[in-house]
Amino acid sequence: MKVTLSWLREFAPDIDGDPVDLGETLSALGLAVEEMELTGTVTDGVVLAKVLDLRPHPDADKIQLVDVDTGDGEALQVCCGAFNMSVGDLIPFATIGTVMPNGMEIAQREMRGEMSNGMCCSGAEIGFGDDHDGILVLNDRVVEGAALGAPLAEALGIVPDVSWDLEVNANRPDAMSVAGVARDLAAALGVPFTFPDYEAPRGAENAADLISVDILDPSLCGRFIATVLRDVRVGSSPAWMQNRLTALGMRPINSIVDISNYVMLELGQPNHTYDLGLVPGGALRVRRAFDGETITTLDGVERTLVAADGVIADRDDRAIGLAGVMGGADTEISDSTTDVLLEMAWWDPPSVSRTVKRLNLPSEASTRFRRGADWGENMVRSLARFVQLAAEQGVVAVSGQVDERGIVPDRTPIRVRPTKINGLLGTALTPDAIGAHLTSIGFGAEPDGEDLSVTIPTWRWDTETETDVAEEVARMYGYENIIRTVPRGSAAGGLSDYQRSRRLVREVLIGAGCDETLPMPFLAPGDLRSAGLAEDGVTLANPLVAEESILRTSLLPGQLKAIAYNQSHRNEDVRFFEIDHVFLPAPEELLPDEREHLAVALAGEEAPAAVAVLRLLEEALALPNLRLRPTAAPGLHPTRTAEVIVAGRSRGHVGEVDPTVLENHGVRGRVAWLELDLGEVLGGPHGNRKYTPVSKYPSSDVDLAFEVPDSVSAAEVDGALRKAGGSLLREVELFDVYRGDGLPDGVRSLAYRLRFQAPDHTLTDDEIAAARQACIDAATTRYEATLRG
Amino acid sequence: MSLPAEMAELEQIPAEVDARLAAVADLDELAEIDSAYLGKKSALTAAKKQLGRIDPEQRKAAGRAVNEIRAGIEAAIAVTRDRLSAAARAAQLEAERLDLTETRERIRRGSYHLVTQARDRLEDVFVGMGFTVAEGPEVETAWYNFEALNIPEWHPARGSFDTIFVNLGEPEQVMLRSHTSPVQIRTMETTEPPIYIVAPGRTFRTDTADATHLPAFNQIEGLVIDRGITMGDLAGTIDSFVHAFFGGEVKTRLRPSYFPFTEPSAEFDISRPDGSWLELGGCGMVHPNVLRNCGIDPDEWQGFAFGFGIDRLAVMRYQLDDIRELVNNDVRFLRQF
Repeated sequence: MKVTLSWLREFAPDIDGDPVDLGETLSALGLAVEEMELTGTVTDGVVLAKVLDLRPHPDADKIQLVDVDTGDGEALQVCCGAFNMSVGDLIPFATIGTVMPNGMEIAQREMRGEMSNGMCCSGAEIGFGDDHDGILVLNDRVVEGAALGAPLAEALGIVPDVSWDLEVNANRPDAMSVAGVARDLAAALGVPFTFPDYEAPRGAENAADLISVDILDPSLCGRFIATVLRDVRVGSSPAWMQNRLTALGMRPINSIVDISNYVMLELGQPNHTYDLGLVPGGALRVRRAFDGETITTLDGVERTLVAADGVIADRDDRAIGLAGVMGGADTEISDSTTDVLLEMAWWDPPSVSRTVKRLNLPSEASTRFRRGADWGENMVRSLARFVQLAAEQGVVAVSGQVDERGIVPDRTPIRVRPTKINGLLGTALTPDAIGAHLTSIGFGAEPDGEDLSVTIPTWRWDTETETDVAEEVARMYGYENIIRTVPRGSAAGGLSDYQRSRRLVREVLIGAGCDETLPMPFLAPGDLRSAGLAEDGVTLANPLVAEESILRTSLLPGQLKAIAYNQSHRNEDVRFFEIDHVFLPAPEELLPDEREHLAVALAGEEAPAAVAVLRLLEEALALPNLRLRPTAAPGLHPTRTAEVIVAGRSRGHVGEVDPTVLENHGVRGRVAWLELDLGEVLGGPHGNRKYTPVSKYPSSDVDLAFEVPDSVSAAEVDGALRKAGGSLLREVELFDVYRGDGLPDGVRSLAYRLRFQAPDHTLTDDEIAAARQACIDAATTRYEATLRG
Repeated sequence: MSLPAEMAELEQIPAEVDARLAAVADLDELAEIDSAYLGKKSALTAAKKQLGRIDPEQRKAAGRAVNEIRAGIEAAIAVTRDRLSAAARAAQLEAERLDLTETRERIRRGSYHLVTQARDRLEDVFVGMGFTVAEGPEVETAWYNFEALNIPEWHPARGSFDTIFVNLGEPEQVMLRSHTSPVQIRTMETTEPPIYIVAPGRTFRTDTADATHLPAFNQIEGLVIDRGITMGDLAGTIDSFVHAFFGGEVKTRLRPSYFPFTEPSAEFDISRPDGSWLELGGCGMVHPNVLRNCGIDPDEWQGFAFGFGIDRLAVMRYQLDDIRELVNNDVRFLRQF
């Protein structure tokens, strides 16, 4: 919402001060200043000129030659790149020597053999709006008696002013008008605020004899006021009105539309005009739409309605307006219109919101209705203002108006407890002080014992409860005046076990040389398939691009894309990890099965590198009983992948990415891969370490090498040795693996170093020999291993 | 010198030893000298044995003289030994000299993602202020994302969230959360007050990725529910956090604003070194409807909530010119931090 200082002063003449300070005051009221502009200062040297002649440039297509009169009656030739003017048009003209706002100095120039003695200006070039398209034609905007060659500001009757573009929050329907902003600002500055009287002569006829309004659905329409304007001639509005509309960012259209917009901007009341001749009997019926009913709106689009929409229908029940959203094309004002039916209504905000959203049809009017317009005195005032502005242009309204009522919000005074207000804000305001803050912005506040009886004004649809009132008190008291304290009762803070363990995982992986990545969680169609995964990802209903239309079910696609991206930038062997959410389909549930996964991707490395990382995590987290079981898994290398089993439960996979999948992504070399369901791993037992006293007695090492067929895993041999070695076996280390000469195909040698130690005595040779033999027996009898000489 | 005549030649020995020590080459030769002049077969050892045969009158003085000579030689040899040992060590160390800039192997540390760094630091500051850290799902229902937060289906504020909806349930019933506030609701539904939490996490909006926007970004949200919590507590808590995170010289201010789930609502700004203000986030006193929706009695409990972007802090701290770097995962970017 834009406002100008001059317009605000029509309601509070004493508003004054430095524009920056006033802007700060507005921001502190919750009307954040997004932009401030000092207006009405037109560039020196830009004058009013008249187009005398237009002719083609003999040697250029994209420019034409224009003769202008800048007041001396002489034809001054310029070259111009715009073609939107006609002979006789009045335009802004930058004379030679003018320094334009963009710093360019206008000089006499020759363009392809023709002289150019100045510049015809577009609106944007001289700071009149954003319009770059064509020259600004000023024919109906100059003040009466303005002479050619007059400085532009003088010719347009513009005076220096300040405009602020305010961010108005959804809970401030009142601030969607110049008057509403003036009310707030006047209260903050402690200066008076009043509405002028809008009086105008009215015709002898009575509105009630000409038109009627029947509110069939009182929940839709809280109030409907209407009157009639006679002998309307649609022309252009006066320069001052056009200037104000332009200053607030609205394009002047014609006299009736401009008045309509002017009243809406000034007083916050959207309004609508019908060609009375096209409304049979002047009878309006306000009701909900019939399912499937159609209406062609002002923008020429035929729209199909549903029963929740509100419409204004005529006597024959034909919808001629979409309540609070947009008028109908059938009854639109045109050049042939003579009589106008003027509507000021109050529509139920949720109803308007639903229709706007369903039809995706936002407008200045509906924005105000959705926030809750004023259903009180302001409606009558707005009608009076419209009638007055029309009268200034010679259009007279009939006497009186019809004023029908539906259901409006209850404004029975509410009880406001100063103790509650102070308890919420942390203030120590007296009831009187609270009352004064409220009455300064038009609330009613009467003492009621120790409390206040507060009447909420009709322009604050958003405000209902004591808490809402507290915000108004805080606004007027000033947020910056609230004394800062800290809560007394805060308990000891901390991270959860899960969160601490997750940080440990990160720490370990970073120590292992892995860079943490954070791809976006979206996938494109086909991403899951090219990663070898099931195409069952949850899809998004309104993705902006197809690349972001599916939620990932695995961290694999994102990591492969990241590796491919880096390889394409000559960074081959990246080591990445990621901890983030995946979304598994859960058909029985409303929400997907959302889990936190850990992925480690080591480009240029083979499966054992991923296992080494897993073992590092096993150690760091003290994972109990971690086992690997060879398996095939989607997207992973069929013969180099194992299921990770922790305490008997499957928690993910470790190994390598399937070569086909790597090819699909253009990834070079192998990629070692680990993906764990981190939520399950850290949610399960981990980190439990137990103290065993360090033995004071010497240990003995025994080296054993076995020939083991490939069908038996090292883990199985390892397990057998540990079991057989019993409590005396302290450590088992696989220190050599050998395949090749001297060994049959499909058999390898596994060499283990076993360390034996007792907690309470030095082991005897017999004890060591017995333990050694038990280990040999276990490996050889159960796993077809043979002891190497 | 009180040596009897028959031992007179002993007086020559110290000079002789000095001469040999001056020319000694290494510790082995020194050991020979030691043995020759102090060993069992040396003249001094022989002289000591002869003392018994000397006139008792002279014996004491002669003995002292022999001992003096011996002590002198021992000292001279010890000094020489120290000198030779030091030289030998020095020679060995010199032989071991390495060019340490020649190393080829290195242990590379990985890097924490910038967002993680910012998030961890925020968590740590709030943990220090007595908060715990809560988390929740990224896919949410309309109840948690909107309705429980006092944003009914028709509310204009819904449009301003630019929500990404998910094809689950009824149309617009399931969505990618548009803020971290659903975690407030989930926490209040399952936890009895007092509640002191922060909830960091990813949030979503239908934004086209460009230099300043991502459709998925990270926020952190704070919630305090306790008896007698005031707006002064809110302002003070934000102040404390900003001092701890940005430094004691940074000032804060609250400006009235609007969020359906807080009343009163505010934006909070922090001061820049040049005195201007930077909008950091939104906050307010938890709306009584929100408390009621979670089964908390607003007459007994009051609280505040606040929230702001995490990614933006990382962008600000390192003055990144393109926020997409945060999701590109380019190692040339990642390894800078």
